Amino acid sequence: MSDASRSRTDPLGQGQGITRRQVGAVALLIVGAVFLWMVFAQWPDWLDAILISKKAFLSAILNGLTLAGLYFLVASGFTLVFGLMRNVNLAHGSLYLLGAYVGYEIADRTGYWLLGVVGGFLVLAVVGLVMQILVFRRLEGDDLRQTLVTIGISVVAADLMLAVWGGTTYQYLTPDWLSGAVRLPIVTAVRSNGSEVFLAYPFYRLVVLGAAIVIGVALWLLINRTRIGSMIRAGVDDRAMLSASGVNVHMIFAVVFALGAGLAGLAGVIGGSVLSVSPGEDVRYLLASLVVVIVGGMGSIVGAAIGALIIGLAEQIGLVYFPTYGVVLTFVIMVVTLAIRPQGIMGRSL
Amino acid sequence: MSELSVPRAARAPGWFDRIGIGHLLLGALLLVYPAMANDFFLTQIGGYSLVLGMIALSLMLLAGYGGMVSLAQITVAGAAGYVVAIFGENNSGIYGFGWPWWVYGPLAILIASLMSALIGWVAVRTEGIYTIMITLAVATACFYFAQQNYALFNGFPGYNGLRAPEVFGVYWRDPVPFYYLCLFCAVLAYAAVLYGARSTFGMTLQAIRDNPRRMRSIGFDVTAHKVFAWWLAGLIAGAAGILLVWFNGRISPGTIAVGPSINILVIAIIGGMRHPIGPFLGAVIVTLMQTFAIDIIGAERFNTLIGMVFLIIVFISPDGILGLWERVKPKAGGEDWRASFRTSVK
Amino acid sequence: MTIARRTLLALTMATGLTAPSLVLAQSDSIKIGLLATFEGAFTVLGEDAERGAMTALEEFGGTVAGKQIEIVKGSSDASPDSAVRAARKLVEQDGVKILVGPLSGDEGIAVKDYAKTHPDVTFLNGSSAAQDTTLREPADNFFRFSTDGAQWMAGLGDYVYNEKGYRTVATVAEDYSFPYTQVFGFMAEFCKAGGTVPSKSWVPIGNKDYSSVIAAIPDDVDAIYVALGGADAVNFLSQYSDAGGQAPLIGGSITVDQTVLTAKGRMRDVLIGTPAAGPTADTNDAEAWKTFTAEYKKQDGAFPSPSLFAHAYYINMKAAILALEEVGGDLSDDGAKFRAALAGLEFDTPTGKVSLDDNRNAVADMYLTEVTEADDGTLVNKMIQVTPQVNQTLGIKADEFMALGAVSRENPSCP
Repeated sequence: MSDASRSRTDPLGQGQGITRRQVGAVALLIVGAVFLWMVFAQWPDWLDAILISKKAFLSAILNGLTLAGLYFLVASGFTLVFGLMRNVNLAHGSLYLLGAYVGYEIADRTGYWLLGVVGGFLVLAVVGLVMQILVFRRLEGDDLRQTLVTIGISVVAADLMLAVWGGTTYQYLTPDWLSGAVRLPIVTAVRSNGSEVFLAYPFYRLVVLGAAIVIGVALWLLINRTRIGSMIRAGVDDRAMLSASGVNVHMIFAVVFALGAGLAGLAGVIGGSVLSVSPGEDVRYLLASLVVVIVGGMGSIVGAAIGALIIGLAEQIGLVYFPTYGVVLTFVIMVVTLAIRPQGIMGRSL
Repeated sequence: MSELSVPRAARAPGWFDRIGIGHLLLGALLLVYPAMANDFFLTQIGGYSLVLGMIALSLMLLAGYGGMVSLAQITVAGAAGYVVAIFGENNSGIYGFGWPWWVYGPLAILIASLMSALIGWVAVRTEGIYTIMITLAVATACFYFAQQNYALFNGFPGYNGLRAPEVFGVYWRDPVPFYYLCLFCAVLAYAAVLYGARSTFGMTLQAIRDNPRRMRSIGFDVTAHKVFAWWLAGLIAGAAGILLVWFNGRISPGTIAVGPSINILVIAIIGGMRHPIGPFLGAVIVTLMQTFAIDIIGAERFNTLIGMVFLIIVFISPDGILGLWERVKPKAGGEDWRASFRTSVK
Repeated sequence: MTIARRTLLALTMATGLTAPSLVLAQSDSIKIGLLATFEGAFTVLGEDAERGAMTALEEFGGTVAGKQIEIVKGSSDASPDSAVRAARKLVEQDGVKILVGPLSGDEGIAVKDYAKTHPDVTFLNGSSAAQDTTLREPADNFFRFSTDGAQWMAGLGDYVYNEKGYRTVATVAEDYSFPYTQVFGFMAEFCKAGGTVPSKSWVPIGNKDYSSVIAAIPDDVDAIYVALGGADAVNFLSQYSDAGGQAPLIGGSITVDQTVLTAKGRMRDVLIGTPAAGPTADTNDAEAWKTFTAEYKKQDGAFPSPSLFAHAYYINMKAAILALEEVGGDLSDDGAKFRAALAGLEFDTPTGKVSLDDNRNAVADMYLTEVTEADDGTLVNKMIQVTPQVNQTLGIKADEFMALGAVSRENPSCP
């Protein structure tokens, strides 16, 4: 965006025939072409030597994408709530974990995993509603105390969940049609006898990625194409004006909070099915959401998507190629973003 | 903060008035405390509370006067601790240069304060509620880095066998000397914060907290003032960090993890952020709860207990125990402390 | 005078601090501190550790030499700092003279360091299994009747090289000292036998997503050695099964522990047949082990079979009681006689004879196991063979062993 506007106001750039925008496009094309080649070509030995193996590289990319999908699901609720209410919900990770446990209980008792997914969303939406009514409405307009309360809630919630579900690791039994690996039409190696080895990838993770995209598009449509969405956007811009124009702001707040909490719960079930559910996940996903929205820009759904993509890829590539400091990498990205663009990639200037 | 600016000096008070009867009583009690308490209460409760109180005090300085709530204070203290481990003595087999305390002590405080200023510099680029998030993320990044890095931080196990120095023939980790050392540092920090809050800088900082835009337009360098406040907070947290590693005898990434950093915030909030005594009150309460919860409700649900106390405090008294106290005994024609807290955190 | 009132409040608070410590020392009772993880994510393990210790206590009817044994619990959250804090409270406030614990490796090293500052208190290990707790700079009053993580691996390297025919093995383990110790113990034998380890993956603590790590493991290794515990093991195993993993697995001691085998999920298929080694074996048919298991199961919430933690706490607690019996419960000389008795103690445990070496670390039998499906469908560790009386230097001469250096990411190495 900024590139475009700058090139327009820069007659010298125009005069030289090549705008910065064109340079950017060419660079993007080259990167895209190299990437496509890396996906489909058979790798020469020197590339294998640098990047361990084609299988490792492509798996890291795919895992990064699916992880990004998961992060997006968690962070979208977080950023939505912040955008509207200026409320940093540091108990968002607890909502994720609670959703995972609740979904597990439902799926385990009924035997239907999908019921767990739906239940995780609905139960957590109700929890979010209750939190909004009992806690945040009472502290309206007091951002700091709202945030402090969420810290307190997260401490108590973590301990109570430990009391109820213990320190054991829970693992969802996903339905058979979701389990197992699929063979992607990508050749990772050729055996000495000439047969080709295809990349196998867990089917469920692809489903996660697809679900994240679908939900992301749905959210975008909800906010940009519906009446309630326009109210939400108006609330983000100017809470007082929206209220003055006769809209029940509390209702909007409640809906958004329920939606945000529900998304966290949904992410809990989906994430718990990819990995597993255990204490400590709340802090992990809270931090992931924090970093994602700081990088992407607070309050923006598109920003959350971009942030999730960057952080997800960085985390997985870091894990494979420099495991020692991979964990730190995401935070480095965050600090660099802050230094260059404090409001985040898609955030509005503060 | 208004009571701090009441021009008492106009009465030309004697030293007794200026210090105040409450301070004198408290000081006397703290001085004779070792005569009443056993070694455990002296260090594990007394000394430890003073150390935690100092770290929380550095947070109070930022949050109460500057409106910047930081979750990275334990990280700053930890930085000082790691400097002690690396340049002082340890028995983990790497580094431990064995420098004397009067070299590594100031160095540790210096590095911690610079680090604090750096964190502050990143954090003040954004405002208000963002500060909590960014400092939390910075604190976590530092925790992960320390855990993964063996070359400098010795990774997960960290450093063991850190010893307080022996000066004037006294081993300063012995209960009584350690207690007095902590008390001395805490009183120094407390007095410095009290004094600093009334100084020109302190006043400017509070004015910036209340209305940064106006201060900027008058011509104050808002960023510089805030970063300087971070640096000052770093001095206190750094000093506390040294005491903390002498107390524990060790430092590891666990010392600077997310849990402890939230713990510091809990201490400051429970105690109250309107007056520098608040963090110390909070530290005493939390330490007592932490130590004796296992005997009362069992260690399992300790976090629920402390979280509930924290929630109740935030809900009914935004000004912590201090606020509760003042509400129970309202001052005649008293100030609206609720309003003053609101402005103080915006 | 707002300040005055505030400080008065501080005063009242402070007077609370001088409440006299209520140490009601009954002359006819002996206090033993029990330090384990009763908070945080390792609570489950800490509770099982307590079951183990209580099994030992009940074996003696809760008394020794006519004196009642009083257990005072201390709780940590598995971080070294909290372990030291809890140990301090037990020793300095509750006045215990004997302390059993802690649970995990780096806690053990921290408590050993703390032990040096209280030579009049006797420390017995819980289940912590880091090498340096006793190997380097040991404390004179710290005793470990359980064994360390490298000892646990005894017999495994030879077995997979000779019996299974594996020549190259990749390792996947968490990035801290206990897994280093386990990998060290495995590689010490495996590399000596002639095997190579071309790839070692150290996964940062807290990582849950292993799929990229799995993809980066070379395709041409014969097997993968996995030293992950609890939730991490469960995650790794199910993701390995999802990714259609083909190479057989070799397990570290906690990878195939009951906590993992009883977890629900889709990793059964990859687990069955996994060889591992450790201080216990579920299907051990020795009479002593069966009795122990039966006694253990009387405790509330017990697992189908005692975990490593229950076993280690049982042995250390039992050692403490046996030595107390020997000195008639007399700790009057700051425990010197008691410690002498401990040093010379040699007794039969459910897993064979245990004695101490010069560093007060146990010499004990190790079990080589393989995961199999029991008749009732549960997974158990079937006993394959016993490696008798493994010492801390794994049968290598002490000075040669010390020359191998401390365990780390790079040490040992045989690519």
